[in-house]
Amino acid sequence: MRKILIALAFALFSGQGMTAGGGGDVMSADADVTDTASLQNGAKLFVNYCMGCHSMKYMRYSRLADDLEIPESVVEEQLIFSPTKKIGDTMTNAMPMEMSEKWFGAAPPDLSLTARVRGADWVYTYLNTFYRDEERGLGVNNLTLANASMPHVLARLQGVPEPVLEEVHSGGQSKLAVVSVDTPEGSGTLTEDEYHELTRDITNFMVYAAEPVQAERERLGVYVLLFLIVLTFILYLLKREYWKDVH
Amino acid sequence: MSNGTRSNGLLGWIDARFPLTKMWNEHVGEYYAPRNFNFWYFFGSLALLVLVIQIVSGIWLTMNYKPAAEMAFSSVEYIMRDVQWGWLIRYIHSTGASAFFVVVYLHMFRALLYGSYQKPRELLWIFGMLIYLVLMAEAFMGYLLPWGQMSYWGAQVIISLFGAIPGVGEDLALWIRGDYNISDVTLNRFFALHVIALPLVLVFLVVAHILALHEVGSNNPDGVDIKKNKDSNGNPLDGIPFHPYYTVKDLFGAGCFLIVFAIVVFYLPEMGGLFLEKPNFAPADPLKTPDHIAPVWYFTPFYAILRAIPDKLGGVLAMGAAIVVLFFLPWIDRGRVRSIRYRGLAYKLALALFAIAFVVLGYMGLQTPSDVFVGLTATRWSQIGTTIYFGFFVFLWIYTFFGLEKTKPVPERVTE
Amino acid sequence: MKQDGADKSKRRFLTGAATVVGGTGLVLTAVPFINYWLPSARTKAAGAPVEVDVSKLEPGQRVSPEWRGKPVWVLRRDERMLETLPELEDQLRDPESKVASQQPPYAQNRHRSLKPEYLVLVGICTHLGCSPLFEPEPGVYGDDWLGGFFCPCHGSKFDLAGRVYQGVPAPTNLVVPPYRFADDGTVVVGEDPQDGGAA
Repeated sequence: MRKILIALAFALFSGQGMTAGGGGDVMSADADVTDTASLQNGAKLFVNYCMGCHSMKYMRYSRLADDLEIPESVVEEQLIFSPTKKIGDTMTNAMPMEMSEKWFGAAPPDLSLTARVRGADWVYTYLNTFYRDEERGLGVNNLTLANASMPHVLARLQGVPEPVLEEVHSGGQSKLAVVSVDTPEGSGTLTEDEYHELTRDITNFMVYAAEPVQAERERLGVYVLLFLIVLTFILYLLKREYWKDVH
Repeated sequence: MSNGTRSNGLLGWIDARFPLTKMWNEHVGEYYAPRNFNFWYFFGSLALLVLVIQIVSGIWLTMNYKPAAEMAFSSVEYIMRDVQWGWLIRYIHSTGASAFFVVVYLHMFRALLYGSYQKPRELLWIFGMLIYLVLMAEAFMGYLLPWGQMSYWGAQVIISLFGAIPGVGEDLALWIRGDYNISDVTLNRFFALHVIALPLVLVFLVVAHILALHEVGSNNPDGVDIKKNKDSNGNPLDGIPFHPYYTVKDLFGAGCFLIVFAIVVFYLPEMGGLFLEKPNFAPADPLKTPDHIAPVWYFTPFYAILRAIPDKLGGVLAMGAAIVVLFFLPWIDRGRVRSIRYRGLAYKLALALFAIAFVVLGYMGLQTPSDVFVGLTATRWSQIGTTIYFGFFVFLWIYTFFGLEKTKPVPERVTE
Repeated sequence: MKQDGADKSKRRFLTGAATVVGGTGLVLTAVPFINYWLPSARTKAAGAPVEVDVSKLEPGQRVSPEWRGKPVWVLRRDERMLETLPELEDQLRDPESKVASQQPPYAQNRHRSLKPEYLVLVGICTHLGCSPLFEPEPGVYGDDWLGGFFCPCHGSKFDLAGRVYQGVPAPTNLVVPPYRFADDGTVVVGEDPQDGGAA
């Protein structure tokens, strides 16, 4: 039901909204917020790899515990690192803005709603398109978001992909441009498939966090619709009965 | 009016002091509506339903919304996440905004189909147009409140339009904003207008619209005057009491509408970026314009007309004229036949073309001007659409004023 | 209009069915609108249990932390204060704390606390919500005043266990919030003891 509707909406309004600022193809994250195991893993990865710099200031640990079926004590032990944080607090981090601006040239954005602004596929692709670029201060660049001032924090796992250069023709001129990235086998601790799976979990978690109620919303919608169909059917019979006078 | 049926009890007590039964009879129980209403006649009552939905959900949203630039965006996220059921009420309100325009556009198109604006319903049409105008202002101001990127930059673009007015334009834009840029001050006054001033005006106009309708009586798909043929009691032969016949029919219509409405609320609240635009999930940043700014879909036909004219003032004037011309429709159309069923072939074609042009304009208003569709840029398509839009009114006047229309005979009584 | 074909009973039935189902729908729709007024996740987080350090509290001293936006008193009673508790019980309205809403079961005793020494109270008068004054010295509010809490708004008097006197406007004893000892020096206000207060 949901998939059909969404496909329909996209068919009708394609060309709307999405603007990925950068080259390369967008990969499909195939996000699924009902995949609790993936969300749990994503949450763990997120707090470990992303929250050093990024916050998720609208997301509460307690909500996460509830929705992702993680006991609060486990969340407190494994996902909350700051001793002053409580289970009801939001997922902010302690990195002062000025420091981060100095270190990275830009303040790391809050990631609460990123998946909703950019879309799941963009986030997933972004995490998969870092490449080596010695001209950048951080030693890496990103094909999806050119000149992103973010280090490749997952480099130990993925390894650092090499850029694939190709002649690109535009406006009568041709120049070398990065068209895709290629990870040398064995350069990270994970295989390519494992890394895809890992980044998908992070993406999935970010999609969930952008709208925590979405799974509940879709579950509830079924009952609301069933009720309305019954009500409307009765109203139809009522109308038909009264209109016997007219016809 | 029922004579001599003085009721006793509580109702009688009230009726002696307040015209409750009288009003019920006049507007519902003994209001005779043509019996041949079709699908197109659902949208009036649906617009009323959406108005109620918007007022109730809106009141609830104000309980947690903070009309301050520093807090507006996060208060919306607070409603979406922390407040119990806040997400549902917010989605009802955001979906309701679009639903309002869907039903109002269909309601207006119905008037074009069956000539419901023609004499003696000119004032009814004008009240309706005023409702539409206030509704646009209401929607525009409401859209600023979430204080996202599209809220901010959309408002920026629209308010800048006033700046195009020669002489006073810049001062006017400054007066509307209350600041040199859109700011907390603007947000605060838009909030005040959105939650109290405009809804009050809207409710007042809706009452006037319904009173005017009940004074002259409803038109119908045949465009015949049902008051011409009355039975011995003085009731129209082709009329049926609104209650129970149209109350049950409209309730059924409301049920169908709510099914569609619930599908959107629960499964497509963003409607692929049409009802809730994706950039609006990023907080307003006065220093960073989004890559592509488009108003919400219900404004885009007029936005496309604005962009079709390669001159700032000209564009604003064209856009204004596109709305103003609708007010004059009852006097532009000199035709003697109301319903499209009996009008000339050229009118049928022209109306079809007009409707298509409106949809095309709406679509092109969402696109980047330089994008190409079937060999033409969005701007070119908008220019074609704009020409057809205004051409329709020119054609209609010539066609009817000079008596070029070959109409079919209108029946005495309504058809089944 | 011909109504001769009308099946009256069918109409009544369908009207009834539509009214019942539609009415149920309206009631169900009201649920989100009513629950919207309940405390939000943020409010609940702000009302989370509060830890109070009582390790530095001398006998006779009191601290007033805030819990759920209300003042809470943690009073460490000294020997003299504890000795006053049985003395005027005939003048109290509810000396045995029988009104269950005013304290958790584990504080339903003469000293109204987990440990006799430490009294934990919500500092809000049960009459109309003023915050009473703490006056430990005897004789201040009359000859039979042995120390306690006095509400300046309407003169309600409570003893050193927060028990209300007879003949004052306040109807019930001061409220003891749920609380537990995390360790000897730390009171957690807002949470019941893990063992249910059996010890």
